[in-house]
Amino acid sequence: MAQEAPRIDSGRIAEVSHALDRMEVESRERVFSVSDLSVAYHGNVALEGVQLHVHKNTITAFIGPSGCGKSTFIRCFNRMNDLIPGAKVSGSVLYHGEDLYSRDVDPVEIRRRIGMVFQKPNPFPKSIYDNVAFGPRVLGMKGSMDERVESALRHAALWDEVKDRLKDGALGLSGGQQQRLCIARALAVEPDVILMDEPASALDPISTTRIEDLMHDLKREYTIIIVTHNMQQAARVADMTAFFSVLVDEDGGGRTGILVEYDSTTKIFTTPSDKRTEDYVTGRFG
Amino acid sequence: MTVVDVPIASGRPRRAWRNRLFQGAMLLCMLVAFGTLAVLLVDTAITGWPALSQQLLTGLPSTLPEEAGARPAILATLYLGALVLLFSVPIGVLTAIYLEEYANRERWWNRAIEVNIQNLAAVPAIVYGILGLAFIVRGIGVGRVVLAGGLILTLVVLPTVVVASREAIRAVPDSIRQGAFALGATKWQVVWRQVLPAAIPGIATGSILALSRAVGETAPLIMVGAITYVAFNPTLLGAYTALPVQIYNWTRQPDVDFQTLAAAGAIVLLVIVLSMNAVAIFLRNRYRKQW
Repeated sequence: MAQEAPRIDSGRIAEVSHALDRMEVESRERVFSVSDLSVAYHGNVALEGVQLHVHKNTITAFIGPSGCGKSTFIRCFNRMNDLIPGAKVSGSVLYHGEDLYSRDVDPVEIRRRIGMVFQKPNPFPKSIYDNVAFGPRVLGMKGSMDERVESALRHAALWDEVKDRLKDGALGLSGGQQQRLCIARALAVEPDVILMDEPASALDPISTTRIEDLMHDLKREYTIIIVTHNMQQAARVADMTAFFSVLVDEDGGGRTGILVEYDSTTKIFTTPSDKRTEDYVTGRFG
Repeated sequence: MTVVDVPIASGRPRRAWRNRLFQGAMLLCMLVAFGTLAVLLVDTAITGWPALSQQLLTGLPSTLPEEAGARPAILATLYLGALVLLFSVPIGVLTAIYLEEYANRERWWNRAIEVNIQNLAAVPAIVYGILGLAFIVRGIGVGRVVLAGGLILTLVVLPTVVVASREAIRAVPDSIRQGAFALGATKWQVVWRQVLPAAIPGIATGSILALSRAVGETAPLIMVGAITYVAFNPTLLGAYTALPVQIYNWTRQPDVDFQTLAAAGAIVLLVIVLSMNAVAIFLRNRYRKQW
């Protein structure tokens, strides 16, 4: 990955300056409370026993090696795992005190409040305008669509680049622009939380920087959770960081993801309390 | 000795000749296939040219070749084509959507349906003709009318439409569905507003190609009584003959002038079919998508 090249990042790796301290984070309202969460695919446990809280107007990063279940975990927050046949989630995810997995909760209603941006930019094969307008349209949102689209594109720092070609196809945009369009699309439905599953992993370093700067701006209005395999990125953007690891079952060879340590980003990257976290963030493992 | 030691101009090695040999063999095969087709087309065109007249397009059938036309047959063929589109596209596309987007593949009956749709596409058209005669014409008593012919041709092409539509739907990347779901769209909205529009070029192409097959079918129509002498314009619930049946009938006449008429009818049928294929190709190129 280009953005992991030391020359670009060496000056920034220690720059955990954006992060809030733990006291400050925990003083904010709890958006999610996850307790004893496990996910299994066709009976194979992919993630087990996760417990953590996510607070309002903060950025929370999930880091860890491949297969540690961090992407599986982020999909629990908007019930995207429901779409995977054979996936089973147990435990509880409270969203402002309400269990997302209770029987009478409609996943469609959850996804309207909890937006998501995917690893690979996935604009719809429609115009830029229609991409942003799709969410408000399917949700039947009232008000001027033009204003809504402009506002979403401005928030995603894309407006100036596309304002003269809103009717052009979204697939003609560059990768970085497509990803910001996907962010704009998520913002257009006025969500409460934005989930980002490795949003910059398919982008070049300049686009990555733009997305990261954007996240700092968005934090003022939204709660953000980001999965990243790029530790420097977590250090640059996140207030809180959760480190996940893999437990390999000796006899069966089964791999289960576990949450190792969850703390302020500063603590995770400077004085982690778990040896495994230290090994990972110092590059000795993973 | 290494490769470098061999002079470049040392003649063609065996593998180069083999290369040419196979290239020639493939060219020959292609010429046989297209040459036959070309001879057939040219022969039909030359034979039919004298009879290709206003009379053929607008006249009514007659026992006198110089007065005979194929207007009822041409009209009926166009009606049949319209009916087939009307029936097979909605049924075929909805079936394809169900199989691709809703059916749980872990259930054996869904897998059985999938396999059998492929099989149905390979069933000879005459079998559908027998089925149509038994169930549609006599069973539910529709009679030997245009509507019955349209229903039977729908059965003939439906599996092809389903298979083509499924391919088109499957070609829509999953990331599009995920993106739409993540915005709070319902399953119906995802399918209706994202998957289906993205799949329409493929569905349209497949449907038109299936339609041009239906328009050329003769056997099942003879089976269900597209009678061969119709001296009036067809109606939905009236007796009819179709262009291929009319052509078949003319070829059976002893009078050589009728043979000419048959060739001219074949040209008309070819023009209809080829222009539908042209529409299909146009649609495919016009809406071709890059993901």
